[in-house]
Amino acid sequence: MCKCPVCDASVTISDDPVEGELLECEECGIELEILALDPITLGEAPEMEEDWGE
Amino acid sequence: MRVGFLHSLIRKDEKLLIAELRKRRDMEVVFLDDRRLVFDLEARPEVDVVLERSINHSRAMHALRLYEGVGIRCVNAYEVARRCGDKILTAASLRENGVPQPELRIAFTPDSALAAIEELGYPVVLKPAVGSWGRLLSKINDRDAAETILEHKSILGSYHHSIFFVQEYVEKKGRDIRSFVVGDECVAAIYRSSEHWITNTARGGRASNCPVTPELAKVSLWAADAMGGGVLAIDLFETAGGLLVNEVNYTMEFRNSIEVTGVNIPERIVSYLAGTVR
Repeated sequence: MCKCPVCDASVTISDDPVEGELLECEECGIELEILALDPITLGEAPEMEEDWGE
Repeated sequence: MRVGFLHSLIRKDEKLLIAELRKRRDMEVVFLDDRRLVFDLEARPEVDVVLERSINHSRAMHALRLYEGVGIRCVNAYEVARRCGDKILTAASLRENGVPQPELRIAFTPDSALAAIEELGYPVVLKPAVGSWGRLLSKINDRDAAETILEHKSILGSYHHSIFFVQEYVEKKGRDIRSFVVGDECVAAIYRSSEHWITNTARGGRASNCPVTPELAKVSLWAADAMGGGVLAIDLFETAGGLLVNEVNYTMEFRNSIEVTGVNIPERIVSYLAGTVR
C-alpha cells in the first residue's frame, strides 16, 4: 500500500509492479505512475501528448 | 531469447504482455524505456528482438528505425509503423494493394481542402494525418462547419494540422469492427458500439465479440499484408458493398477484447514473437 502523492489516499499496488506502470487513485481519480520499485515511489503520470495512441 | 520491451508508460496491455513473456522459460524481458534511451547509431542492445509498445508514435517510429539500423529484428517493423502511423501513408498503401477503403481526399491548404470536401459531399470526416484514439476528428455536416473548422485548424493547429485528410462519412449504424491480426492469422475481432459516431473504446465504445468470418479474415489479412505484416489491429466499416478498411494500428490495444472474444491475444503475440527469431 502506498500513498497518493496528490490526495494522500492509500493506493493499492499489484503483486508484480513494474517501473512505468500506470495506476489510478481510486480516491481522487488522478493517474499515477510507478517511478521506482525499491521503495515503491509514485508520481503523477504525464499528460497525454498529441502523438499518443495505437 | 532476450526480448527488448520498448515502452514508456506501462498500461494494462503492456502488463498482460509482460506477464505472458515472463511465463516463457525461453524468454527474458529487457525493459527499454523510451524516456531513458540514448542512441548513438552504433551501439546494439543485447537483445534478440524488440517488441514495440511505446505510447508515443514519434518515439516508436524513430526507435524502431534505429534498432533496425543496428540489425535488430523489431515487431512491428519500422516501415509498418511508419505506414500505419500516418493515415495518408496508410491510405496509399491500402490503395496500392487494392484493399477496399472509404473514399478520401488529401489537400494541403484550407481552400483546396474545402474544394475536396465539397467534391466528396457532406457529411465528411476530417482527420489529422497522425493521431489516435479518435482525437481531433471532425464530422463536418455542411459548408459553414467546414469553413470554420478549416480556419481554426490552419490558425490554431500545429504544422501537421495543415495537411488535410478528408474521408467520406460512412454510416455505420452505431458500430464498427476491430480485428486483430497476428502474423498470418486473424485471431479475433470485436464490434465497437456507441451512440456517438466515434466508436473507439478509448472514447467509451463498448466491445463485444465479432465472429471472424472468412470475409473479415480475408480483408483483415489483406490490410495487414499491405502494411507489411506483423501484429496489427484493423478498423473496418460494414457497408452494403462489403467491408472497408478505415485504419490500421501497429501498437494495438487489446485489454478490452480478451474477455469478450475469449482469445488470449497477448499470448498469441508472444508466441508470434518467438517464431520471428527461430
